[in-house]
Amino acid sequence: MGDLYDSQRAMRAMRKAAMQRGVIAILDIGTSKIACLVLRFDGPETFRDADGIGSLAGQSSFRVIGAATTRSRGVKFGEVDAMQETERAIRTAVQAAQKMANVRVDHVIACISGGRPRSYGLDGAIDIENGLVGDGDIGRVMAACDVPDYGEERDVLHAQPVNFALDHRSGMADPRGQIGNQLTCDMHMLTVDSIALQNIFFCIKRCDLELAGIASSAYASGISSLVEDEQELGSACIDLGGGSTGISVFMKKHMIYADTVRMGGDHVTGDISMGLSVPMATAERIKTFYGGVVATGMDDREMIEIGGDTGDYEHDRRTVSRAELIGIMRPRVEEILEEVRVRLDAAGFEYLPSQQIVLTGGASQIPGLDGLASKILGQQVRLGRPLRVQGLPQAAIGPAFSGAVGLTLFAAHPQDEWWDFEIPAEKYPARSLKRAVKWFKDNW
Amino acid sequence: MRPLTAMARHRALPRDPAPSKWKYRYQRMMLTPGFRSLMRVGVPLALITIIAVSWYSHDENRALAIAKWEGMKRDVQQRPEFMVGALDVTGADDALTRNVLAQLPVAFPVSSFDLDLEQMRKTVEALDAVRSARVRVGTAGVLNVDITPRTSVAVWRDGGVLRLLDEEGTFAGFVETRADRLDLPLIAGQGAQAHIAEALALFRDAKPIGSRLRGLVRMGERRWDVVLDRDQRILLPGENPVAALDRVIVLHQARDMLDRDVAVVDMRNGNRPTLRMNKEAADAFRRVSYNEADE
Repeated sequence: MGDLYDSQRAMRAMRKAAMQRGVIAILDIGTSKIACLVLRFDGPETFRDADGIGSLAGQSSFRVIGAATTRSRGVKFGEVDAMQETERAIRTAVQAAQKMANVRVDHVIACISGGRPRSYGLDGAIDIENGLVGDGDIGRVMAACDVPDYGEERDVLHAQPVNFALDHRSGMADPRGQIGNQLTCDMHMLTVDSIALQNIFFCIKRCDLELAGIASSAYASGISSLVEDEQELGSACIDLGGGSTGISVFMKKHMIYADTVRMGGDHVTGDISMGLSVPMATAERIKTFYGGVVATGMDDREMIEIGGDTGDYEHDRRTVSRAELIGIMRPRVEEILEEVRVRLDAAGFEYLPSQQIVLTGGASQIPGLDGLASKILGQQVRLGRPLRVQGLPQAAIGPAFSGAVGLTLFAAHPQDEWWDFEIPAEKYPARSLKRAVKWFKDNW
Repeated sequence: MRPLTAMARHRALPRDPAPSKWKYRYQRMMLTPGFRSLMRVGVPLALITIIAVSWYSHDENRALAIAKWEGMKRDVQQRPEFMVGALDVTGADDALTRNVLAQLPVAFPVSSFDLDLEQMRKTVEALDAVRSARVRVGTAGVLNVDITPRTSVAVWRDGGVLRLLDEEGTFAGFVETRADRLDLPLIAGQGAQAHIAEALALFRDAKPIGSRLRGLVRMGERRWDVVLDRDQRILLPGENPVAALDRVIVLHQARDMLDRDVAVVDMRNGNRPTLRMNKEAADAFRRVSYNEADE
């Protein structure tokens, strides 16, 4: 735990250094594509007058000056599968983005979409000593949270304080400076597989880049595609990616639950490939051009050439009707959505005041998906696109980039995490030198 | 298992170029601002320096460069604007002008860059008759030597040589015979040139006996003798000689002392001026005295 705390703090220090330099890269390592955005931070005055409302949600203080996407290689289920290939793909994306930005980037904020994330809700309570909540008390109450045994092979990715309660008053965002006796804290902790995390660390390091932060891609998609009232009242963001589908539930502007379903658009492509016995590339093309989930009478008459290059005329001139294609795709999409439904039910999504569901990600572009999703997930379903950020090219504003755009917001305005607060002194090992140093600092 | 090498990748995969590790690093390096400015400025500069140094390190190239440079310099210096064609000496009489021209052997026409004016000035000023000189290249390519000559005030007989002296006692030239400069007083004796002002004062004072005055002789480097014709001498004291000469002149004007047969008027001791007569005069004086004593 201490090790993780240190590495997360080191990443925060790196992020601060990158902010000072003014250039940071965003790397969305997905199963189907790798996107790299280069951000330049200049402060709000550079692009917009400082008077008036000024920066809205913090996104006016940066500008996207470079963007590149490349086909992902060596990634499966959002985890690194073949490291050399992934490294090459990252290099391609970073090089193209650097070329567009005409600036060298050294610091990268990445996201991880796989790694079997697991959510934990923690709570802790402390007695306030002098009746006034101070900075140290925030750290103490977080340290007092009862951390469950999440396993050897897992690492904490996010540990965000979601709610503070002081005596009988709950729902506080910032209890500092208030008077009370007992401070209670609710914390949301997300753990991922440490092997998956280490692999991404290692890949980025091999590209001569420094990792300045890492986030869950479900969380990043949520903060970019959910609008403010949805984040406040309760909603779920379903990021239908290539190899995995991320689920994040937001409430009171905090993520309270995240999970992934290890199925996505690539599995739909795989089904088409198997069902029609065509290569994956052809299947992907057929899916993109003709795919759908709701069949109509017209679709029986629309014939699709599926082709082939065997040289056998009968084989190479095969056709299928669009209804058949929909018949292959729909069960898999239904399966994914059913699985999402199961996860949301397990998380207790139905108890939220508002149950808005936002579909985003590349696979959410299947025609008719919102109709199918509303049958499975509930009535309040919409298709989401990421927030507009300055300088983002037209090619990168689609729903497939909600994770990357979310990371830019995460880079500009990271949420308070556990490691942003000081460790209380009693958590240090006894007779620690650090404790002596702290005593000196406090007393002189 | 399928081979893992890149060669075996399926042909149907879309072309998907990825930069190699070194290409990627090279591109990142080229995007580093410091490195870029180094490549833009430093490398061309270094290249030019290397080429120049390697060319210059050959002797014949170096000689060629120097010759080229000298030729260019000469071309500029030999332009008609910078040429000097004549020498003009002002402020000196004919003899001195000839003397100066002899001292400045300049072959005209010559470029003004090749003239060492300071050295020429020193050469001209080294002449005895020249008190100071100004040398400059004037308009229309004339080298102008402006001379302030020394004014001779006395002739000094030094051994067998007659030298001219100016009022500071500095040599201002030679004369062949005394007859050349009869207008100047004559002084003689060792150390006379150091007390020329005193000598001149004495000459001015001796105006009443000027027609008889031959000259002044410095005796023992401390006092003056006034030499008159008929081998008469007036021995003046070392201190305040003008007053002593005044007394002699007054005596002469009252009693015609110097017209008599006096050889030496000794004024060295102011309290006891002494006369020495010629032998004949002394004998006659003695004879007259006997006769008077006999009567």
